[in-house]
Amino acid sequence: MAQQKDIGIVGLNRNAYLLMLAFFLAPALIIYSVFSIYPLFATIVNSLYLKQPDGSLVFNGLGNFKTLLTDTTWSGPFWNAFRNNCWFFVIHMCVQNPIGLALAALLSLPRLRLAATYRTLIFMPTMLSVVIIGFTWQLILSPLWGIAKMILASVGLGSFFMPWLGVESTALLTTSLISVWQFVGIPMILIYTALLAIPDELIDAATVDGLNQFQAFFWIKLPLILPALGLVSVLTFVNNFNAFDLIYAMKGALAGPNYSTDIMGTLFYRTFFGNQLQLGDRSMGSTIATMMFLIILIGISIYLFLIQRRMQRYSF
Amino acid sequence: MLKLGLKSILLAAVAVTAFAGTASAGKLSIESWRNDDAAIWKDKIIPAFQKSHPDITVEFNPTAPKEYNAALNARLEGGTAGDIITCRPFDASLELFNKGNLASLNDLSNMKNFSDVAKSAWTTDDGKTTFCVPMGSVIHGFIYNKDIFTELGLTEPKTEEEFLALLEKVKANGKYTPLVLGTNDQWEAATMGFQNIGPNYWKGEEGRKALIDGSAKLTDAPYVDTFKALAKWSPYLGDGYKAQPYPDSQNLFGLGKGAVYAAGSWDISTFRGQKVNMGAFKAPPPAGQKDCYISDHTDIGIGLNAKSANSADAKVFLDWIGSEEFAGIFANALPGFFPLSNSKVTISDDVAQTFVSWRGECKSTIRNSYQILSRGTPNLENEMWNVSAQVLNGTMTPDAAAAQLEDGLKKWYAPHQK
Repeated sequence: MAQQKDIGIVGLNRNAYLLMLAFFLAPALIIYSVFSIYPLFATIVNSLYLKQPDGSLVFNGLGNFKTLLTDTTWSGPFWNAFRNNCWFFVIHMCVQNPIGLALAALLSLPRLRLAATYRTLIFMPTMLSVVIIGFTWQLILSPLWGIAKMILASVGLGSFFMPWLGVESTALLTTSLISVWQFVGIPMILIYTALLAIPDELIDAATVDGLNQFQAFFWIKLPLILPALGLVSVLTFVNNFNAFDLIYAMKGALAGPNYSTDIMGTLFYRTFFGNQLQLGDRSMGSTIATMMFLIILIGISIYLFLIQRRMQRYSF
Repeated sequence: MLKLGLKSILLAAVAVTAFAGTASAGKLSIESWRNDDAAIWKDKIIPAFQKSHPDITVEFNPTAPKEYNAALNARLEGGTAGDIITCRPFDASLELFNKGNLASLNDLSNMKNFSDVAKSAWTTDDGKTTFCVPMGSVIHGFIYNKDIFTELGLTEPKTEEEFLALLEKVKANGKYTPLVLGTNDQWEAATMGFQNIGPNYWKGEEGRKALIDGSAKLTDAPYVDTFKALAKWSPYLGDGYKAQPYPDSQNLFGLGKGAVYAAGSWDISTFRGQKVNMGAFKAPPPAGQKDCYISDHTDIGIGLNAKSANSADAKVFLDWIGSEEFAGIFANALPGFFPLSNSKVTISDDVAQTFVSWRGECKSTIRNSYQILSRGTPNLENEMWNVSAQVLNGTMTPDAAAAQLEDGLKKWYAPHQK
């Protein structure tokens, strides 16, 4: 060991090596500390204090969490937002990711023409501002001058049209599907790159063995891209439980009708920053933010410990 | 550390601008969020003041509306805020007064030009101290398309029954949307619906004050009846009103496709821009009721920085804001925002003049959720948005709506817990 130290690591002496280590670690460390870790801890600290009527802050331990989870004034909206958020996630998992997978599979077909064009077009909405997406879809679905109504009417399905964004039973589904439309490019690209990484020899061998395109996809490609699908699921989970902007742009901070589109992000926003006559409440807002953090943490832990460890990886 | 750094940078930034403003005696600086009105202040209001007071110079230094509250608080804490402070209504300004940032203005002689309703937004809960001069209000009512009324042979309704009969006629004709109002944004339903027609039911100030002292409940007949009246509008709203946001409402009426628009007076300038031939009528009272009440909501006031070095001059200026001369300039420069003083003002915009003329015929009141009642959780104003939209959507009965409001208020407001 002692001798190793003298020789140094990667040809540098110990001090120079440490300096180099610090040099390369510092930018990420500083940026993450200032913009991620510090705000996270500040939020958790905030959530432990209670604002008094005179404006001063008093340490309250876990009291805010107790209020949030047991006082019906708070727990009602909280569990409602949590339930809606779970639905929001389920819809993304059941619609966005299968469509993303299907698109990626189609794009990776060797004989597809204009693949690059399709790829760009499908990925385009992901890069647009949510405000534009929200506004465009509100126009498309508008009962007054929307194109959706005219299209349905022209094929004789006019009676199926409803003001979907304004009806309690359909508003959440509609906003979720709009979000799916916007973000479907992300699973598509991730899965597409995983598919490209599969060596042609494997497929060729499968073809020689008599598998057709579909069979090759299900029996060869799909098992090989499972790690990518896992990654896509985790990304979807994190993004969905942090979602806020699309709902806010289309339904406002009160996420109507009757809070049917209220998700954790909008509940947090309303509580922390206030709304119309409601003054912002930093303590309770931080409590909700901390709960969001915990929910995401639990979700990711389940994935890491129960799923990813059992996943088999193949190297070519 | 980080916070401190940011704060001192902010303070240093505002200090520079504020020192420029307080350099010489006889110079006043106004803090405001109305950056839209900067030209009107610089070209019309301040020159008019200086004509009679040449020894006092006034400077208008607005901040963007979204940043105003935070920036003003930072400047007040750092002692660099301007002499005159434009006041938001109710709790935001009350907090400033309680912290000692705003001075009492009880001794201004022109304060007598204002009614108690006008002053309520900037008066302490006990009613003893007023800390801002009321400047402007917005009035609710209905704006109608005169061309459509002529085409269909309709006249302005005087009672609620006539109002509904009129909407029925427009609906039967089928060419136009009878009543323009959407529930997507929710506040439209509460503000242009519930707060627009409600004062007739709860007798304006009388009912509003009874709610605050706890002698009336939101489950009482007037509130349930308001929701019942609101529920009757549903068949006359535009196609798919449940997904209709506010800008769509404005366009529907602005493009001449709607007969009647549930309005706030601030919409007048929008429709002027779209060249609508329009008139206005006030919320029609239920049959048999002689008195009428209108929502004449206090929106903007102006007060004195308690630490101003120029408070004597500032008071002269604030007293002038309370004068008839200011009221006349303000009303005509900003149609749709009405001066709150009792002095008679003529407004050149005929629709705005119609709105303001109701003050002489009816009793004024403000929105009943604004004073004191929206301080707790659940927030009464938010609840009103939610249930008003649901009543119009037909997903909630008037009784259930009233019950939900009262239940929410009862959770935290002592006078309603008896």
